[in-house]
Amino acid sequence: MDYILETRGITKRFGGLTAVDGVSIGLRAGEALAVLGDNGAGKSTLIKVISGVHKPDEGEILIGGKPARIESPMDALAHGIETIYQDLALAENLDVGANIFLGRERMKRRLGFLKVLDDGGMADEARKVLDRLDIHIPSLRSTIRTLSGGQRQAVAISRSIYWDAKVLIMDEPTAALGVAEQKKVLNLVRTLKDQGIGIIIISHQMYDVFEVADRLAVMRRGLLVGERVVKDTTADEVVGLIVGSETVGKER
Amino acid sequence: MSNETKADARRGRAASFLGGHWIYLFLALEIIYFSLRTGSFASLNALQILLYYGVQVFLLSMAELFVIVTGGIDLSVGYVLGFASIISIKLMEWLGPLGLGEPLTVLIGVCATLAVGLIPGLVNGWLVAYLKVPPFIATFAMLGVCHGVSELIINGVYAMGLPKLAADIGSGHFLYVTKGVPPSFFSRPVVDRGVKVLEIVPDIVVVTAVVVGIFAFVLARTRFGRHVYAIGGNIDAATRSGIPVKRRLLGVYALSSFLASLAGIVYAFMYVSGKADGGASLLLDAIAAVVIGGASLFGGTGTVLRTMIGALILAVLDLGLRMAGTPTFDKYIMVGVILIFAVVIERYMPEARK
Repeated sequence: MDYILETRGITKRFGGLTAVDGVSIGLRAGEALAVLGDNGAGKSTLIKVISGVHKPDEGEILIGGKPARIESPMDALAHGIETIYQDLALAENLDVGANIFLGRERMKRRLGFLKVLDDGGMADEARKVLDRLDIHIPSLRSTIRTLSGGQRQAVAISRSIYWDAKVLIMDEPTAALGVAEQKKVLNLVRTLKDQGIGIIIISHQMYDVFEVADRLAVMRRGLLVGERVVKDTTADEVVGLIVGSETVGKER
Repeated sequence: MSNETKADARRGRAASFLGGHWIYLFLALEIIYFSLRTGSFASLNALQILLYYGVQVFLLSMAELFVIVTGGIDLSVGYVLGFASIISIKLMEWLGPLGLGEPLTVLIGVCATLAVGLIPGLVNGWLVAYLKVPPFIATFAMLGVCHGVSELIINGVYAMGLPKLAADIGSGHFLYVTKGVPPSFFSRPVVDRGVKVLEIVPDIVVVTAVVVGIFAFVLARTRFGRHVYAIGGNIDAATRSGIPVKRRLLGVYALSSFLASLAGIVYAFMYVSGKADGGASLLLDAIAAVVIGGASLFGGTGTVLRTMIGALILAVLDLGLRMAGTPTFDKYIMVGVILIFAVVIERYMPEARK
């Protein structure tokens, strides 16, 4: 099956440091790809290149097989690439609807010419997408500040889904959550896969990876050092790749 | 739920209600207190004086609110006010001899001043948004620049020579009601000596109310306003969701300086002079009004209505103490106490956000 998202030889340097060094990965629809690596391995930088936060120094990004210009977060969003960062990037002072529509606010006309925020409409749409993902949040007009970690994660995911994400990038989706909430988020990932969305997960948690990912890519010092199909590998092998003690079977 | 936790919940709700509404209560108590103490405080006349002399703080505090909601601060508004008061008079003085007639001279003078008044804000915004200069430093520097440039223009004295029409607007009222004569708008009817003319709402209060209304709408109901809150709430989230953060910040600082300039023009119209430090002491009142209104200096919260209530609390205090004949030092002490009170309430009785 063809890749919906592909990177070819992505390189990103910060001054003298090469954070990402010629990395090529591919992602198919309905597939979860885990990107693993130690701190400073370049995972986050790679993700930021794909989501338009950083411009790569070399390499290209293909979407649906065609080269795409991604030079800003807006470009990435326009291509259906949504990113959920570890800090979730929610405005805690705003309500659920306002967050789902952040930067893409829904407006309505008043008196024929005045464009005003359609808060009611945004709340209704928020309710629909939350229902679709089977997420329960008591009041949509409450600010994010009043929600739990899992609810916040759910809002962040809903935001991506609402905007018809084809590719969803999740940075440490379960890191800050309790056990029960971790399970819910992983279930949510499965639901999203079933709906044909391609997912890239960055995670330290081996459990998450083996639970929901189909393939995994391991980075070390900016390089892609190995790719595995999850059901054909073991946690030991993966840890070996991450820390660099195991170089056997680099090419499968 | 046990009775005890129920009582706790009730107390929590009560505290939260008080946290959200104490300013209204405080304003009411203030008005009642001064009415009892001075007798003449509760009158149409006192109300109009209060609003008339409050316009600068209303405008400046709204300017400050937009900036504070983004998590910044604008220290230059007071001296931008002074700068604009001078520029407006100098421009009209220069336009006068061209023979355009007073109305056109005043109109062009006002518009040109508002345009020139955008410059300090655009520079502030550019420094803050694009060069990442901390707002405190950027606008503090601008305070000095505006002060210096203003003094250079007027050589250390006042700017004088405002057209009569402008002065008339500055002291005029929206409506005049006289016994036996049909009510007249904007111009004082000619009456015999001793006939009482009831003056209703100073012109500049009307202008200020309209401007406050417009910007309250902008902050609460428009995309720009939503972005201002988002930037203050989480600037990274705003950036990543595609909000043009730099442009918005540029806009916010420009808007702040625009409102400060408007306050400066109003100052010139009211006092028929332009003064470099005309608004210097108003900066702290403006910030105090915003903070009393419950906005956090870390950004993300605050509304125009509550900021105006904050400004009214200060205005009532100012006029009330004056009418009661107490020295103005009392006001400084009171403002300090209210400010601390506001911040403590905000911290320990946070309003349950909807």
